[in-house]
Amino acid sequence: MSENKIHHAPEGLPAVQMQGVHKWYGEFHVLKNINLDVARGERIVICGPSGSGKSTMIRCINRLEEHQKGHIVVDGTELTNDVKNIEIIRREVGMVFQHFNLFPHLTVLENCTLAPIWVRKMPRAEAEEIAMHYLEKVRIPDQANKYPGQLSGGQQQRVAIARSLCMSPRIMLFDEPTSALDPEMIKEVLDTMIELAETGMTMLVVTHEMGFAKTVADRVVFMDGGEIIEVNEPHEFFNNPQHERSQLFLSQILQH
Amino acid sequence: MSEGKTDYIPGQYPDLPPPITEVGVVGWLRQNLFSNWWNTGLTFLGLYLVYLIFVPLIQWAIIDADWVGDSREACTSGGACWVFIRVRLDQFLYGFYPVGEQWRVNMTGLLLAATIAWLTVPKIPGKRYAGLFALVIFPVIAYLLLSGGSFGLEPVETTLWGGLMLTLILALVGIVAAFPLGILLALGRRSKMPIVRALSVAFIELWRGVPLITVLFMSSVMLPLFLPEGVNFDKLLRALIGIVLFQSAYIAEVVRSGLQAIPKGQYEAADALGLSYWKKMGLIILPQALKLVIPGIVNTFNELFKDTTLVMIIGLLDLLAIIKAALEDPNWLGYSIEGYTFAGLVFWLFCFGMSRYSMAIERKLHTGHKR
Amino acid sequence: MSDASSEKAPAAASFWRDPEKRAWLFQVLVVAVVLALFGYIFQNTLHNLEKRGISTGFAFLNNEAGFGVLMSLIPYDETYTFGRTFLVGLLNTLLVSAIGIVFATLFGFIIGVARLSSNWIISRLAALYIEIFRNLPLLLQILFWYFAILPLLPHPRQSIELGEAVFLNKRGMYLPAPITESGFGWVLAALGVAIVASVFIARWARHRQDTTGQTFPVFWTSLGLIVFLPWLAFGITGFPLSWEYPELRGFNFRGGITVIPELFALALALSIYTAAYIAEIVRSGIQSVSHGQTEAAYALGLKPGQTLRLVIIPQAMRVIIPQLTSQYLNLTKNSSLAPAIGYPDLVALFAGTTLNQTGQAVEIIGITMGVYLTISLSISAFMNWYNKRMALVER
Ligand SMILES: Nc1ncnc2c1ncn2[C@@H]1O[C@H](COP(=O)(O)OP(=O)(O)OP(=O)(O)O)[C@@H](O)[C@H]1O
Ligand SMILES: [Mg+2]
Repeated sequence: MSENKIHHAPEGLPAVQMQGVHKWYGEFHVLKNINLDVARGERIVICGPSGSGKSTMIRCINRLEEHQKGHIVVDGTELTNDVKNIEIIRREVGMVFQHFNLFPHLTVLENCTLAPIWVRKMPRAEAEEIAMHYLEKVRIPDQANKYPGQLSGGQQQRVAIARSLCMSPRIMLFDEPTSALDPEMIKEVLDTMIELAETGMTMLVVTHEMGFAKTVADRVVFMDGGEIIEVNEPHEFFNNPQHERSQLFLSQILQH
Repeated sequence: MSEGKTDYIPGQYPDLPPPITEVGVVGWLRQNLFSNWWNTGLTFLGLYLVYLIFVPLIQWAIIDADWVGDSREACTSGGACWVFIRVRLDQFLYGFYPVGEQWRVNMTGLLLAATIAWLTVPKIPGKRYAGLFALVIFPVIAYLLLSGGSFGLEPVETTLWGGLMLTLILALVGIVAAFPLGILLALGRRSKMPIVRALSVAFIELWRGVPLITVLFMSSVMLPLFLPEGVNFDKLLRALIGIVLFQSAYIAEVVRSGLQAIPKGQYEAADALGLSYWKKMGLIILPQALKLVIPGIVNTFNELFKDTTLVMIIGLLDLLAIIKAALEDPNWLGYSIEGYTFAGLVFWLFCFGMSRYSMAIERKLHTGHKR
Repeated sequence: MSDASSEKAPAAASFWRDPEKRAWLFQVLVVAVVLALFGYIFQNTLHNLEKRGISTGFAFLNNEAGFGVLMSLIPYDETYTFGRTFLVGLLNTLLVSAIGIVFATLFGFIIGVARLSSNWIISRLAALYIEIFRNLPLLLQILFWYFAILPLLPHPRQSIELGEAVFLNKRGMYLPAPITESGFGWVLAALGVAIVASVFIARWARHRQDTTGQTFPVFWTSLGLIVFLPWLAFGITGFPLSWEYPELRGFNFRGGITVIPELFALALALSIYTAAYIAEIVRSGIQSVSHGQTEAAYALGLKPGQTLRLVIIPQAMRVIIPQLTSQYLNLTKNSSLAPAIGYPDLVALFAGTTLNQTGQAVEIIGITMGVYLTISLSISAFMNWYNKRMALVER
C-alpha cells in the first residue's frame, strides 16, 4: 500500500472532529459532551469499562447511531440527517465489528467485491483483483472461494478487515475486533492491524489489548460513564495516568 | 496534535435530560408515528383504518346491541342481537345433554380446569404425577362421569353430546390418545431397524400428506367395512379414531424434532451406563426431549382444536356445528353474524391463550438453555 | 429386553443375546402383525362389500354420473362419466388453491412487512390481523364469509359495480371475459419477445457491470418492455381483443366470467387465513437476518435498498421459501373444506356425491387420498432438494 494514496484529502483538516456530542438512549444519557479531534494518519485506541459508551461513540462516526446534540465532521463532511452526506461518509469510513458480520450467503471473494461493485461501480475483474490484493495482505488468498462459515474466527476477522479495505477507506473503525477470538487467533488479527497502521491509515480502535495500544497508538482515549475522562500518550497513560478512574481501570486490567 | 495530552475534568457533565423531542410522549410519537413524511402518511392511513373498522364494530356489538329478552322480538335496536346467544347458550355448551345431568359435565369441566392448572402453573408441585393424572386417570374419570351407566349414573348416549363440551372432548381425546402413539412413531422413525423405520415413515407421511377431512370420511365410511359384520360403534368413536391416527403423525414429528435436539453425548452416556433401549429412552432421552417440545405440542394441539370443527361435515354437533344448526331455526333466521361471532370469540380465546402459553414456554426454555 | 451389552464373548453370541438377531426377529414379528392386520381388514372388507352387493374395482369410473355440477372448468353434464366427475373436482380444487395461493402470498407479504414497520399503528394493526385470523378455525371463517357476509351483499339489480365491468352481488362476482380475435397471436408473440429480450438485457447488464462497473436499470427496462411491446403489437394489429361484459338480464347477469359465491367465499377465507401464517413467516424470515448484517452493509456504504436486495432478502428467502411452500401445501389441503359450503371440489364431488351414488368407498377414498398424498410428497421432495441446494456451508 502506498502511503500517499491515503493522504490526498485537504491537508490540515482533521480526519474526524467531534464537538460537544451528546447522545441519549431514551432517558439514558450515553454520550456526554464528547470532544475529540483525530488527525489524519493518527492511531487512536479507546478503552474504558464495559458500558462506558465506547462502541456508541465510534458507531456515531459512521452514523450507525444517531447523535442528538453537537457536531461530528468526518473528512470535511458534517453528519446530518442528509442522506447524501451519510453516503459519502460511509464510503470513506471502514468498520470492523466484534462479531465479524460477514455475509454468510456470499463467498469470501464475493464479500470483498460486493461493495466495490455496487457502491464504487467497479468492473468485476478490477474488484476481484483488489480483493485478492487485500486477501493476500491479510494472508488468506487461498480461502477466497470458501464461505465464511468454513473459516476460523481469526480468518473471518481478517476477511472482514480485507472487506473494509477493498473500499479504500481513509478512516478505519475497529470495535473490539479481537474480543470474540481465541488467544492464538488474537495475534494474527493484531498483526494484520499493526501492518495496516504502518501504512499510515487513520484508525480508531476500541480494544482492551494494552500491548497493541502501547506499540501502535498515538493517543489513548479513556472513557467512563459516557464521558471522555482522559486523553493521553500511551506511555504517559500507562505509567502515569492522570485520573483516579484511569488508575483504577488500569490496575484492574493489569491484574489479569 | 503534537501535545497529546488534553485536560478534561471528570464528572463535569452530569446526566442531562434528553432533548424534549427524544423522550416521553413527544419522543415516542416522533419516533413511532411521525419520524418522516412517509411514516406520517402511514399513521394517518392506520388511524383511518382504525376508524373504519372499530367505530362501526363497537357501535354494532355493544352500543346498539340487544342483550335481554327471550325471543327475536326483543331485538329491535338494529345492533347485534345477543339475545339469540343467551337463549341458546345451554345448547351451545352442552349440546343435547339432559338438563338434569349437566352437573356431570360441569364437574368434568372443573376437574379439567384443575388438572390444567396443576400441569401449567409452575408453583404447584408434582408435575410428573400431574402428567400421569392427565393422561391416565382423568380420562377414565371423565369417561365414567360423562357416559354414565355405572355408579348409579344414568347412561347418556354420545348422540346427545354436543356443543363446546363435544369440541373439548374431541380435542382432548385427540391429543391424549395420540400422544403415546406419536412417541412410539417418533422412536420408530429414529430406530436403527430398517423395517420399523420404513413402516413408521410410511404411517407418518401418509397421515401428514392428506387433509383431515378425507381421514374423517375414511373413518366414518370405511371403518365399518373393515370390521367383521355386526360389529359397529358409534359415530363419535369413529371420528375419534380418525382424529387420533391423524394427530399421532403430527405429534410424532414434533417429538422427533425434540429427539434430534438431544446431544449425542446423552445417548452415549446412557449406553455407557449399560441401560437397555427402553430404560435409556424412558429415563434419559424422552424426559429431556419432551420438555423441549412442549411449545410444539401446544401448537399442534392448537391446530387440532381448530380442526375439530371439521366433524361437522360428518354430522357431529360440535360448538360450530350446533351454532350453525341453531342459525337454521326459522325462529332465529338472520342472526348468522351474531352466531359466528360468538363461536369465533370462544375459539379465539382458547387458541390465543394456548399460543401465548406456548410462546411463554418457548421464551423460558430459550433463556434456560443459554450459557 | 435384558441388557445385551454385558455380552463380551467375541465368538457368536447365543441367538437371544445377539442384539442384531433380536432386532431382526422383532422386525419379522412386526411385519407379521401388520400383514395379519391388513389381511383381516381385507377379508372383512371383501365380505362386507359382497353382502352389500358392491362390486370392487375401478370399473365404476366409466359409468354415467347422472348428476350435474355447480361449476366446471371443462365441458360436463349428467351424461359424462364418474371419471370425468373426478377430473372436474380435481380441476376445481386446483383452481381454488391457485387463486388462494396468489392472494394469500400477496396479503401475507404486505402484512408481514407491515408487521415490521417502524410505524407503531401499522405494526399493531398487522399484529391484530395475524392474531385474529390465525386463531380462528378455518371452517368457521369459511362459513362466516359464506353464510353471514355474502347474504349482506345486494341483489343483482343493485350490484356493487366497478366501472360497469365488474359486478358483485349475492349471486357471485361477475368479471368481463376476454374474447380474442385473429391477430391476437401477435400480441402474445410480442409479449414473448419482450420476455426473451428482458432476459438478454439482464445478462448483458450483468456482463457490462462485470466489465465496466456501470449499473443498468434492468428492472425498469424489462418492465417497460414487457408492458410496451405487447401494447404496440396490440395497436398495430388493430386491437384484436374484445371484452364480453356481464349484462343484467332479468334477475341475473349473463355473459362474462362468473365467480360463483362458493368459490368466492372459499378463496377469500383460504387467502385471509393463510395470509396470517405467511405474514408470520415473512416477519420471522426477515428478523432471522441479524441486525449485524444490516450494519455491516451500511458500514460498507451500501444504500438501504441495496442492503435489502443484496444482503437481507437472499438470506431471508432461505428461511422463508421452505415454510412458504409448506403453507401452500396446507392451503391446498385446506381447500378440501369446500363441501361445507358446497363448492364442487375433489372432496365434495368425488368423496361426497360420487361415493354416495356408487358406494365404492374404498376405491374413492383411496383415490382422493392418493391425489393429496401425491401432491404432498412431490412438494416435499422439491423442498428437500431446495434445502440441500441452499443450505449455508458451515464448518
Ligand atoms: N440500543 C440501545 N438501547 C438502549 N441502551 C443501549 C443501546 N445500546 C447500548 N446501550 C447502553 O448504552 C451504554 C453504552 O453502550 P456501549 O455499547 O457503547 O458500551 P461499550 O463501552 O461499548 O461497552 P462494552 O465494552 O461492553 O462493549 C450501555 O450502558 C448500554 O447498556
Ligand atoms: Mg462495545
